[in-house]
This record gives sequence, structure tokens and C-alpha cells, in this order.
Amino acid sequence: MRPNPQSVIVNGLLVVAAGLALFPLLWMVSVSFMTPGESNVFPPPLLPRHFTLGNFAELFRRQGMARFFLNSLGLATAATLLALTFNVMAGYAFAKLAFVGRERLFQVLLAALVIPGQVAMMPLFLMLKTMGLVNSYIGVLIPSVAGVFGIFLVRQYAQSIPSEMLEAARVDGAGEWRIFTAIVLPVLRPILVTLATFTFLATWNDFMWPLIVLTDNSLYTLPVALASLSREHVQDNELMMAGSVVTILPVLALFIALQRYYIRGLLAGSVKG
Amino acid sequence: MTARALGTSTAGWLFVAPAVSVIGVFFAVPVFLALALSFTDFDIYALASLKNLRFVGLGNYLLLLRTPLFWRALGNTLYFVIVGVPLSVGASLGAALLLNAKAARWKPVFRTAMFAPVVTSLVAVAVIWRYLLHAKYGLINYALSGIGVRPIDWLGDPHWAMPAIILFAVWKNFGYNMVILLAGLQTIPEDLYEAARIDGASTFQQLRHVTMPSLGPVILLVTILTMAGYFQLFAEPYVMTQGGPLQSTVSVLYFMYEQGFKFWNLGVASAVAFMLFLLMFAITMAQLLLSRRQGVA
Amino acid sequence: MTLERSAPSRRATLGLLAGAPLAACGRAEVRGELKLWAMGREGEVVQSLIPAFQTANPGTTVRVQQLPWSAAHEKLLTAFAGDDLPDLGQVGNTWIPELAAIGAIAPLDARIRASSVVAPTAYFPGVWATNEVGGRQFGIPWYVDTRLLFYRKDILAEAGYAEPPVTWGAWLASMRAIKAKVGPSRYAILLPINEPEPLLALGVQQGEPLITAEGYGNFRSAGFKRALGFYRELFASGLAPAATSSQIANVWSEFARGLFAFYITGPWNIGEFKRRLPPGLAGRWTTAPLPGPNGPGASLAGGSSLAIFSRARDKDAAWRLIEHLSTPESQSRFEALTGDLPPRRDAWTTGTLAGDPYVKAFREQLERLTPAPKIPEWERIVADVTVVGEQLARGVVTVDEAAAELDRRADATLEKRRWMIGRGRAA
Repeated sequence: MRPNPQSVIVNGLLVVAAGLALFPLLWMVSVSFMTPGESNVFPPPLLPRHFTLGNFAELFRRQGMARFFLNSLGLATAATLLALTFNVMAGYAFAKLAFVGRERLFQVLLAALVIPGQVAMMPLFLMLKTMGLVNSYIGVLIPSVAGVFGIFLVRQYAQSIPSEMLEAARVDGAGEWRIFTAIVLPVLRPILVTLATFTFLATWNDFMWPLIVLTDNSLYTLPVALASLSREHVQDNELMMAGSVVTILPVLALFIALQRYYIRGLLAGSVKG
Repeated sequence: MTARALGTSTAGWLFVAPAVSVIGVFFAVPVFLALALSFTDFDIYALASLKNLRFVGLGNYLLLLRTPLFWRALGNTLYFVIVGVPLSVGASLGAALLLNAKAARWKPVFRTAMFAPVVTSLVAVAVIWRYLLHAKYGLINYALSGIGVRPIDWLGDPHWAMPAIILFAVWKNFGYNMVILLAGLQTIPEDLYEAARIDGASTFQQLRHVTMPSLGPVILLVTILTMAGYFQLFAEPYVMTQGGPLQSTVSVLYFMYEQGFKFWNLGVASAVAFMLFLLMFAITMAQLLLSRRQGVA
Repeated sequence: MTLERSAPSRRATLGLLAGAPLAACGRAEVRGELKLWAMGREGEVVQSLIPAFQTANPGTTVRVQQLPWSAAHEKLLTAFAGDDLPDLGQVGNTWIPELAAIGAIAPLDARIRASSVVAPTAYFPGVWATNEVGGRQFGIPWYVDTRLLFYRKDILAEAGYAEPPVTWGAWLASMRAIKAKVGPSRYAILLPINEPEPLLALGVQQGEPLITAEGYGNFRSAGFKRALGFYRELFASGLAPAATSSQIANVWSEFARGLFAFYITGPWNIGEFKRRLPPGLAGRWTTAPLPGPNGPGASLAGGSSLAIFSRARDKDAAWRLIEHLSTPESQSRFEALTGDLPPRRDAWTTGTLAGDPYVKAFREQLERLTPAPKIPEWERIVADVTVVGEQLARGVVTVDEAAAELDRRADATLEKRRWMIGRGRAA
């Protein structure tokens, strides 16, 4: 196909934009393989002169990255499972189960979206202390277990389930729980994946709340550990980049594999279509 | 109510109960507690013994209005919002328009690449950017020196620290809005463009008279969402600058965090949180009213 | 930040296997395990002192958790708020009044009296005093820290000064001479403007208290204003760069390059300098006590202490660990590993310290130490001093404005304290 000027301009700009977006991440990978001190020179190098895995070895052997990785993995998984349970049930009910006060309750929940989460942080911390849940994963998970956004997402999607199908099942004598598990869940499967992806990503990347709640090093997740590490090792550029690689790459890979679902969730409720 | 309807209603309540209770107990209750705290002088002494707690009514709010650092934080946050939101939305719009162009190839690849920063952990990329912005060994200054610009001490100079954070925030977030805008662009019916082309409109004119009006509501939505997010600026100053240099990057939430978790002045910190909430609420309402008046929403 | 356990913890293993979130409901505490929190390099090093303790005390294991200094104070308070403090920990001396006021740490007088290892007379008085609040001792000094001059002998000599200065006047003159020699792109002294310690050290040399007993700021005193003026002069004359520590990035290579000749810092840098400076620099730098307005001056009594937290389950075991870490032998070993100076006089006469030329100045300075004001709000006031000090260094405010601003902020910060004093709830 003969390249026309418009095509060149558009694609050229896209290359530049994508390049700018990716460049810091690519540089991060490059530096993580450099020998310590190699990047603290002028002009700054783009590629390592001697490719080394030393930084990763240091991270996993001496800084305990493996534990932080497993912590993040475990926590994100638990959060995803819990969020799926709580939000899907609620979202379906708001969409398809007529109960007294349903609409009013939903409006109240929507109003809660306006309030920034940080308002609740400090009293919630004190509440957790009285419950003895400080420095525990339950304390970390609590705020992410149920969220208005998740409920909203599921509700949007569940509204498209034909009510006749549900009515027919009720006429046949099926209980609500049976209907939910046998009929509704399979239909909701795509949105389940979306919600799961969202929750997993958000929990993995969350660092403020775990930073506040967790005092024990051994319970730290990757972002929290990295934040701590970066304040101790300001000079060790290459080590920090390796830490960033370990924190970013898994979720990036997950996102690329499941981006269809993630983006769909993003769009739900924002734009019809 | 029939027996079945009752059954459905009960089931409905049972289904929403877990989620709603969690939200009620672990979000609503703390919010009300925070409101109550904001009327007291809860501090480290009160943490030790509640006997040391005093009720001060609106005292904390008035104290904040007299605190220079609070106004500084407000100013910094507004600076971030006023400069950052147009930049971010503009970048997203530009990227979305490019991706939507018929001439664009490998759209999925480009879209994924530009969205990648969104899913990265903020701490991890802030660490990267801290080195990119290094005055001597950072690649950004190196690139700028290539076009003859003297090295800027991004994170050490009070004038450049906030712009650095804005740049970082735009880079991290533009993919998010880009996807929303792209979806909006894709809903514009092709016939409208066809009609414009028949009338002899150039690409630019099509953009101005077909794309933009149709995209209005989505742009408004994206702007409101971005604004709400940017008012809550916190993690970037926390990781990259710790509020410095010379407190030029202290945002309202960073100020709240310091008061709350560094000094345990929970009374003052809660007051800050509510003032921020009121501000955001007012601005969002104003935006909606304004746009309704203009017939956009 | 590393976590090295001296004994495997069953809880953590279970956690990993069962999926950490499920197992770590609440904090399962392992019996016979002492939790110790330590910061920075000390946290890394203390691990090596633990095995001897565990051998002598079978049935007690010690788990050390390291905290970065920048977050340590925050973490301690958060842990106090969350009821999650360890058994014992390293606490900065200046935090002792605050932790004592809120009841986070336990008084140790009875234990001290009964102890054969920890005797008050064995310690430098200035340092021991930092742990005393309201007549009771709340911590045992672990290492002492102060600020004094590190300087380039060769640069000073080139400027015509064979000996380090002893008064402010001589100091200023020598710095001007150095600046004249090295030119506009280099400096005489490095005072990172995000560090309040140099300014505070100059301030405590005046002899006037920084905070009055009634709970008001005293930064407008003639003495402190002199200190502010001296500080400002260093920046205004171009003798010091208005830069933060992160802008300098690698202070050791810049010292080696001769970017500055004087640097006010602490004892940990003796080891760091020896380690990180190029070998050619070996004989060309040394330390000296801080010059005072009219003669050798005082300096800040910093450092860390070991304290037992009020909610510790086994305070006796915690005390035994403190005693173990306070023996002259442990202190000497600790010093050899960290470069931190022992607060006990008898640890100075043995081992490497006796012959080290660089620590001679510290030994001298340790006899001239002033503790910081013993108020819980001191950290907040230090934060204000940092902010206003930075403004002063950059020339954004004048000396009078800075003093007035500091007093204004301190008075506001201390309002609650004055109320508590009025109610008889604070000393």
C-alpha cells in the first residue's frame, strides 16, 4: 500500500506517543541488568555494558523479595475472591431481585462514591486497633472486600439478564440461591473476569493502606517493601530498578493477557457501548 | 405481597447484606467518626488517654484557615489540578483521536503500549521517574541538553518539582482517559462524517464540527473524573519528594497524612479531609451546573 | 531492609503455605520470642550480637525487625496507636519525652538499681540525662551521636590555616579564606538545608533554652538569633550551597572532589568516609570539635537508647537483652561494626577506639553535650526548624522574621501542652 502523508503522520505520532509511554518501563528493565553504579554516570547509559543478574540475586537472597512477592500474590488473590463473592451477590440483587428500598439504598451507595477514601482511613485504623486487626492481612483486606464500583459494574451487566428466565426458574420451584449459582453466575462470567482483573490489579498496586496497617516487615507486600527499600537505598539505582521490575512485570503480563476484560470494566457505566 | 415476592425480597436483602454491611461498618462508620473527630482536638495526648480530649467545635477548621501550610497545600493542589487536568485530558484526547484515525495501523499494539503505565504500581514507577529526573544523571536532562536546555534540578528546585510531578502524573494516567475517549469516538455514527465530507469539510473541520460536539459529554465525564482524582494527589509527593522542596509539593492529602499519621493530630487531619471533600463537591457541582447551562450534559 | 530471623518462625511458614491472608488473622505471638525493632545500620548489625545472648538465655529467641530511619518515628507512633509495639526497641533520644508522655515506654529505675551491668555513673552525663523525664529513666543509652566538624586538612592548609578553628570568628575567617582560594564553583562548607541538626547545634551552643519551662518558644532570644545570623551568613556569602542532601547525591565523592572543605555530620560517617573515600584521600581529612561563639562549643546530644515498651509481655527477658547489649564488650563490638560511639566511658578505653585519631575529637565533644528540650512536641518543632531554616538559607526570610516565625509556630504547637501543664497532667 502506498504510504500517504496522513498515514505517515498519524502512525509516526503514534510511535512517538507509544515510545514515550513505554520508554521509562524499558529503561527500568535495562538498568535492572546493569552492574551497581553503572547508571550513575554522565551521559546516562541506555543499555548495560555487562548484562548481570546480580541485582535480582541481591533482592531475592538478601532483601527477601520472594516473601514480599508471595505476600502480594496471596493478598491480591484473597482480595479478588472476597470481592467477587461480596460484590457479585450484591450487584445481582440490585439488578434483578426486587426488595424493599432497593433503589433508595443504591442511590445512597452511589453517593458514597463522592467521598474520598482517605477520609475514612484514620478512624478505620483506630477501629481496627480495637478489634485487634492491626498488622494483619484481614485489616489490609477489609476496605477492598466490597466496593460501590464493583457492585455498580455487576449491576450494569446483570441488568441484561432476561427476567423471564429467572421467573421461569422460580415457577419451577428453584430457590434464589440455586437460581443464582446455576443460571446467573454462568451468564455473568465475563464480568466476573473483569471484576477479578480489576480487583487483583488494584490490590497488588495498593500501597498506602498496607503501609499504614502493617508493621511487621515479614507481612509487607511488594509496593510497601519497595517504598521502604527506596528510602534506605537511595544510591542503589540498579537495585531499585530490579525491585520495580519484580513489582510491575507480573501485573503487566496479567493485564496484557486479560486486557479485553479490564478495558470493558473501565468503560462500563462511563460510555454506553 | 405474595409469598414469592416476599421470598425474593428477603433473598435480595440477604444477597446485599454482606457487601452493604462491610461498606456500612468499614466505610460509613469511619466517615462519621472522622466528622466527629474533626470537632475535637484529638492528638497524641488523647491517643494515650481519652481524658485529654477536648471538644473544640469548629476550632480545627478555623485553625486550618489560619495555617499557612494548609493554604500552601491548597495552592499546590489547585496548581496540580488546573495545569494537570487539561494536560492529561488533552493528551488522552490526542492519543484517542490518533488511535481512532482510519490511517492508524497496529491499533491494539499502540493502545496496549499507551495504556501500560496505568496498570503499573505507582511506587515502582515513581522510583523509576526519580532517577529519570535526576539533575545530573537523569535521562530527561540529558535529552533536554541535546536541544540546548540547561540541566533542571527537577526534584530539588521548588519551581520545578510540581511540574515534574504533573509530567509524571500525566504520563501515568493518560492511557486511562484515552480508552474512555476512544470508546466515545467509536460511537459517533459514520454517517455524520460522511455527510460532512460530502459538504466538503476538511479533516480539521470534521474534527471541530462533528467529533467535538458528539464527544462533549464524554469529555466532561473524563474531566470530572480526572479532576476528582487529581484533587486527591498524595502518593506522588509521598514517594518522590516527601512534600519538598520547600513544601512546594505538599498536597492537601499529604498535609492530612502528615498531621494524621506523623503527628497523630487526628482532629486537625479529619478537618482537612472534610474540607477537601467539601471543596471537591462544590467544584464538581459547579462543573455540572455550568455544563448543563451550556447544554452539554 | 532485611529481615533475618535468629530462629525460624512457625507462623510465617504456615502463613506462606496456607495462603498468608488466612493464617495471619490477628497477631499470633510465639512464646519465648522477643521482638526488637532497630533502625538503619544498627538494625543490620545488632543481628550479630544476638546469638551470644540466645546461647546464654536458652528458651528466648530474638526477632529483629529493621526500620528505615525516615519512617521510624512514624512507625513507632502508628504501632502505639495500633497497639502493636514490639517488646523493646531502639528509640532516638529526642523521642523519649514523647514516648514517655504517652505511656508507650516503661520506666526502668528499679531495674537499673538492681543491675550490675547498667550503672548510671559509667555513662557520659550528658547522654544519660537525655533519657531522664520527670525524674525517671526511660531508656538506656545504646550509642551516642553528636555533630561535629569533618574537614579537609589539605584545603584548610592551602588557605593558610594549619589548625582547625575553635571560635566562630576564626571559623568564619577560615571559610572565607577557603572560598577565596577555591572560587565560585566550590564551597567552604556543606550544610544540607533539609537537615536541621547543624542549625540546632549552633543554637544549643548559646546556653539559652530553646523552649521555656512554661511551654513557649524561645527562638527570639539573643543567643538563638546569633546562631540564625551565623547560619544565614554562611549561605549569603556563598560559603555554603543552598542544596538538599539528595541534590548532592553522593556526598563522599563530592568531599573527595573538594566541593566543600567542612561538613557537620556524625560519627557514623567516620566508617563511611574510610570505606567510600578514594585511598588517596586517607591522610587529608580529619575531625574536630565544633567551634563555639567564644571557644570550643557544645553540640547536640543525639543518639539512640534502648527502651522497653509498656505492653511487652516479658519485660524481664527484654531487660536481660538490654543488659547484654550494654556490657562494655558488646558496646565495643557494636562500635567496631557500626562506627557508632559507645555512651559508656569504659568502652572508650579498650579496643579500636583508644587509638583512633578520628574519634579523638568526638571523645572531647562528648563532654560538652546539651540535650534537646524534653518535650513530646520536639519532633514537630524540629520539622518547623527545618522548614524555616531552609527559608533562611535560601534568603526567603530575614533572621528576625525567621526567629519570630519559629516562635509563632512553636507557641501554636505547644498550646495543648500548656493546657495540660495547667491541668497538672504534664511536667
